Amino acid sequence: MPNFLGFVLLTLGPVLALFYIAFTKWSAFGSPQFTGLENFERLIGDKIFWTSFGNTLYYSAIHIPVTFVVSLSLALLLNEKMRGRAFFRSAAFFPYFTSIVAVAQVWNMLFSPEFGPVNQLLRFIGLENTPDWVASSTWAMPAVIIVGIWRDAGYFMLLFLAGLQSINPELHEAAKMDGANWLERIFNVTIPGLRPTMFFVTVMLTINSFKVLDLILVMTGGGPGNSTLVLSQYIYRMGFERNDFGYASTISVVLFALCMVVTIIQFAYNRRAEK
Amino acid sequence: MTQLASRPAAAPGTSGPAPLRTAPMTPQTVLSRTVRYVLLSLISVVVLTPFAWMALSSLKRNNEVFTAPITWFPDEWQWHNYIDIWTKADMSTWLGNTIFLSVTVTALQVLTGSFAAYGFSRIRFPGRDALFLVYIGTIAVPWQAYMIPQFKLLSEVGLADTRLSIILLQAFSAFGVFLMKQFYDTVPEELSESARIDGLTEFGIYRRIMLPLSVPSISALAILTFTNTWNDYMGPLIYLRSPDLWTIQLGLKTFIGQYNADYAAIMTGSVLSVLPIAVVFALGQKYFVQGIASSGLKG
Repeated sequence: MPNFLGFVLLTLGPVLALFYIAFTKWSAFGSPQFTGLENFERLIGDKIFWTSFGNTLYYSAIHIPVTFVVSLSLALLLNEKMRGRAFFRSAAFFPYFTSIVAVAQVWNMLFSPEFGPVNQLLRFIGLENTPDWVASSTWAMPAVIIVGIWRDAGYFMLLFLAGLQSINPELHEAAKMDGANWLERIFNVTIPGLRPTMFFVTVMLTINSFKVLDLILVMTGGGPGNSTLVLSQYIYRMGFERNDFGYASTISVVLFALCMVVTIIQFAYNRRAEK
Repeated sequence: MTQLASRPAAAPGTSGPAPLRTAPMTPQTVLSRTVRYVLLSLISVVVLTPFAWMALSSLKRNNEVFTAPITWFPDEWQWHNYIDIWTKADMSTWLGNTIFLSVTVTALQVLTGSFAAYGFSRIRFPGRDALFLVYIGTIAVPWQAYMIPQFKLLSEVGLADTRLSIILLQAFSAFGVFLMKQFYDTVPEELSESARIDGLTEFGIYRRIMLPLSVPSISALAILTFTNTWNDYMGPLIYLRSPDLWTIQLGLKTFIGQYNADYAAIMTGSVLSVLPIAVVFALGQKYFVQGIASSGLKG
């Protein structure tokens, strides 16, 4: 079973090794040396680490709920039979399948402070002090989040659409007979029926937000300053730019733990809510 | 989407007023339908404008890209941008590498993924379910968390800066196994049972019965893997240091760094990196939907 071998060597092995390397000092030369909790002490005193941790939470705190609402709304709008539905669906999930480098570059140009189309539009509708977006440490993160939502919403819409397929249409018919309008049916039939999908989407969306890396790397590179530096990028910076593999693994453990803890909480909460 | 295609009432391409339906339309339905279309059209415009801007800018003179007020269409269409880029940048190397990697990874992923999935779905062996759980569990572990040890491992065995590293990285993902197992689980056991009675070997069952049935799922997996590998930025960024190994994503990023004021050329390169995927996307749209809907996982 070549797939199994590949899996053990390339995924399982590294995951397990991570927990050893995190406790070692390992630079570009030589082999890892066990140093106990030293890396974790360094982590606690590392201001840049806390910045990246905070930025990851900032990104997630907006990206998760907004993407959830947008993708669910899109799915609800596109679930019913209508002309042009296939086109609208494809339009919505096309961004997810395009090259992130190209997409980030286009958005950077669109967000360009002076002549960028976004700011020209904002000025057109009467805004005086248009933000500098990726050139400003305050507005770079919102810009990244906007692109993140734009890119991911269509993908999660597909998951919701798949979930909507599993709801018994007779329930809708029955509710219609009872005189429920569209909105009432959404809240009393669709949303309860969609619970498992909503749970799944929340889990995936959370991990997806915590691990965000390539979008930030190509759009802002973490800047200006460290204003968009996230955990994954700090791992990348420490590991591949500074060759400090031990410490980079320590940060990886934090990312790993963050994803696990939140996923476990979500599972526990879901189980309780199901009862 | 199939429901839409098989609906006789909505003949595609007809313009003008909607044909009268048997059910009378109340003013309320007309209103809600209008609102829905307006909303969806607005969303589509927001979603697609960046692509339109990219395509149009790629055909402009460089100083035409940023203007106030915005001009959408180029004064003169600069088609030669698409010829110049091949001399400005090493496009042919990048595209060649990317095509090679995407095709190889896709072939391997489909082969090994469907084979392993078949094992998980049909062959009973001790610890099977526990092992599968471990597989699934690692999908929830972000790659970003174990990219460091993985890189150290692969460079230890001398694979850093080789095409093989990317192939290994992408070809054995648990995702393919999961997607294919979801499918094999839906095929009734009786089918293979009767084949077994007729004397087919386990491999024979796989090749003669399962494989032909699974063409749609395999297409979905192939298309998703191809797109994933084509668009992958992080893998090549970490592993591929020599310029002659670069993929289109990595090359494009470097090109952007070098020609950071040559906006039109950057957009031309971007269009070229998106175009093949747009074609794959247009051809295999329903497989994308199916692949994601049945697995719910990608990337």
